[in-house]
Amino acid sequence: MAGHQQAVWNDSESDGYEPLLAEKDRTTVDIEYDGLPEDLTRDSISLPALSEPEAARHYTRLSQMNYGIDSGPYPLGSCTMKYNPKFTEDIATRASAAVHPDRLEGSVQGTLQLYAELQDYLGRIGGMDAVTLQPPAGAAGEFTGILVAAAYHDRNGEGDERTEVIVPASAHGTNFATAAMAGYDVVELPATDDGRVDLEALESAVGSETAALMLTNPNTLGLFERDIAEIADIVHDAGGLLYYDGANLNALLGRARPGDMGFDIMHYNVHKTFATPHGGGGPGAGPIGVTEELAPFLPSPQVRQGSDGYELFEPSESIGKVHGAMGNWLVLLKTHAYIRRLGDEGLEDASAKAVLNANYLASQIDLEVPFGPFHHEFVASAGEIDAADFAKRMLDFGVHPPTTKWPEIVPEALMTEPTEVESKRSLDRLAAAFDAVDKDADALESAPERTSARYIDQTSAARSPRLSWHALSGEE
Amino acid sequence: MSQHETTLSTATSRSGTPFAPHSEADVEAMLQAVGADSVEDLFDVPESVRFDGSFGIDAASERDVRRQLTETLERNDSVTEFLGRGHYDHYVPSLVDHLADRSEFLTSYTQYQPEITQGFLQTLFEYQSLLVELTGLGVANCSMYDAATALGEAATLSQRIRAVTGDRVLVPDTLLDERRAVLENYVSGADLVVAEYQTDGGVVDPDEIAAAVDDDVAFVYVENPTTSGRIQPALEEIGTHLADSEVLFCLGSDPVALSLLQTPASVGADVVVGDASTLGLGSAYGMGLGLFACREEYLRQVPGRLVGASEDDRGQRAYTLTLQTREQHIRRERATSNICTNQAWVALRAAIHATLLGPDGLVDLAKSCHRLPQRLAARIDAIDGIEAPADEYPTLREFRATVEPPASEFVSALYEEGFAVHAVDEETVQICVTDANEREIDAFVAAIAEVLD
Repeated sequence: MAGHQQAVWNDSESDGYEPLLAEKDRTTVDIEYDGLPEDLTRDSISLPALSEPEAARHYTRLSQMNYGIDSGPYPLGSCTMKYNPKFTEDIATRASAAVHPDRLEGSVQGTLQLYAELQDYLGRIGGMDAVTLQPPAGAAGEFTGILVAAAYHDRNGEGDERTEVIVPASAHGTNFATAAMAGYDVVELPATDDGRVDLEALESAVGSETAALMLTNPNTLGLFERDIAEIADIVHDAGGLLYYDGANLNALLGRARPGDMGFDIMHYNVHKTFATPHGGGGPGAGPIGVTEELAPFLPSPQVRQGSDGYELFEPSESIGKVHGAMGNWLVLLKTHAYIRRLGDEGLEDASAKAVLNANYLASQIDLEVPFGPFHHEFVASAGEIDAADFAKRMLDFGVHPPTTKWPEIVPEALMTEPTEVESKRSLDRLAAAFDAVDKDADALESAPERTSARYIDQTSAARSPRLSWHALSGEE
Repeated sequence: MSQHETTLSTATSRSGTPFAPHSEADVEAMLQAVGADSVEDLFDVPESVRFDGSFGIDAASERDVRRQLTETLERNDSVTEFLGRGHYDHYVPSLVDHLADRSEFLTSYTQYQPEITQGFLQTLFEYQSLLVELTGLGVANCSMYDAATALGEAATLSQRIRAVTGDRVLVPDTLLDERRAVLENYVSGADLVVAEYQTDGGVVDPDEIAAAVDDDVAFVYVENPTTSGRIQPALEEIGTHLADSEVLFCLGSDPVALSLLQTPASVGADVVVGDASTLGLGSAYGMGLGLFACREEYLRQVPGRLVGASEDDRGQRAYTLTLQTREQHIRRERATSNICTNQAWVALRAAIHATLLGPDGLVDLAKSCHRLPQRLAARIDAIDGIEAPADEYPTLREFRATVEPPASEFVSALYEEGFAVHAVDEETVQICVTDANEREIDAFVAAIAEVLD
């Protein structure tokens, strides 16, 4: 089984790999400026002063010590790491895209048209009546959605009573954190033995205190909640709202829509479903869609086509704003381009290939893969091996490992989502990497060996945090 | 045969997604391996919730999508912006785009496997270091979404600091409406209320702060520069007043302003927020980069991601995400924030831009942000019918000018000449000038003269 060797830049100037900028140079400049009173300016500033060629080499070397989806497979479960079409970058870097957010609506008709079109596309894809593009990430979308739910209950005079948000035990951590951030008590919902929502537990969890149930479907095991219609009835009968976490939407494009399943609110993760690059942590965008009944509560402004062109408007009972402007516009622009490129057939085909790939890969690895058949992802068990160690060894085979140790329902979980972009050949090599790791427990100890850095001690990093050049050199 | 099967069987004729590499033979072999007759059989979706319609979105070739979207964007009026008020443009060197677009950076995920993502981690560590240098505070995170959400997170931080007992968040009466609106939503779940204190057009009188702060106050927010670009004359006194209380003192600024103005640490600020995309990105329809730095003693209450130095098995220094027990994927409902995806790639752009400028370049840029508006105001002031600047305070990047009411008429007429400025009230406009539009100054001044002629 072949592997790869990641670049290892090393330099005697540093006790690390590629030296820090501040190890290459740190120049202190005294601030001398007679334009302002001296007491209003700082005394000095101390930063690296490098030439452009030196800077280019520094960041190029750092890029070579980084792994992206263009480097190889990235089957990080629940993160949907797809290939990011490059032409979308070219559109997003157009000068005409980079307008100031205070431009009057009449002067940015092109931007507003694309904005309105994307609201419309996402509404159709999710089966929702109205969409806001303002939340700048999935978690921000969750927060927005829960604020909308709160505003709805307030309007109905039930805001003080409905103090709980129900979240399945296997849900993304953001769901719990979002509910708490919006001021709700979190009620955790246990799963059935096959990882699905336990209807009896749900029946006893809901009540007059329920503001919402947050759910992802398919769930984090890749299983469709077949009882979704009953779940929706239970929540709605109790007067609660049903929130759809869109992290797993890549499993369902064209097969089922959250709006048709009874969800009242959903967020879309555009870097997952619509292939905008994740940029090493962001920016993403987390638009939310809602039913007609909830549309008046959406953030302001919304965009619509009026008689004189595209215009901004404030929904009648708007929750206000969740971002200082119109959201992560350049990311939204790439989303628009991706959706237009694929169209209906392409989007449906993306889900078809994503689901086929997950099931095929699950069938090709020797590890135990409980549950199934799957949609977009599956959770294998590393068995006797610690899943974190398993992942470190996988790095040596030139692939990014799956998400580890979660969901906890599967022991030593390896949550794997190959997405539609891997070929059969690539999946076969990925399966071979899984098996090679599984069959050579002796190699785990020294892994990873072919990455830029060797195994990194994360515990000591947290025990004595050093978070800047200043901390490393013992400065205040 | 269903519509979906048709799609698959014609996959080789490219009617599906162009970004899945399967041949028809691959699909057949894979289906056989999983024991399914068709891909549709793998979808375990009950009939009652199955979607049989279509989205009505036509696919298009790369060339056509590029052309259509570019043409639509070109429908935006082509005008020169002299707009600021919280969103600023500076020239971004080509190298920033070229390096940031390297796909090892652009197409990577959050650094959950640090051994294979050292490059991005080191860049974020350098970004944090830049902010530590600029603010003088001990800790900076790897980013929040934008200035408004960073302010919201800073306000709720006050709730997690034991010594702070109040529940009121004080903001200036000149705070941008959009920032106020976002702040209101962030504090809504944290039992905090937002209240205003009076300013002189954004400029804070320390006595006003002293009078406004009592035991009920948890957090005081001051901007430097203000919404109208003014530089605060008495930050040190404000800091001295607030140092006597347990109130969290939060300063709003940006990396370019911080390169020249008093360091937040030197005036006693506990937290700094703002838009760091003034480096590396520019206004981009308001897409930002939330700056967040604070005192080291709040480290374990910081929202968002932090990169720290550690060692690897070779004994070499290496970087990793750290203190993750603050974060949602570990701590769930007890996390310091729900933030997960942030603005890491914009932080990378800011870091590269700062590297290219270096300390001299950054300071020179900041000085030009003071000089340019001064000079432009003087030139405009020489024109009949407009007075600039409208007040005596020193400013950064922008200034206000007084015109014959209604100001909106002046702004519209100037727009017809190809220049966008802000109308603030009946007789006031706001004008922003930086290195990004300074080459248009002559034409801008001529247009103002033309409009007022």
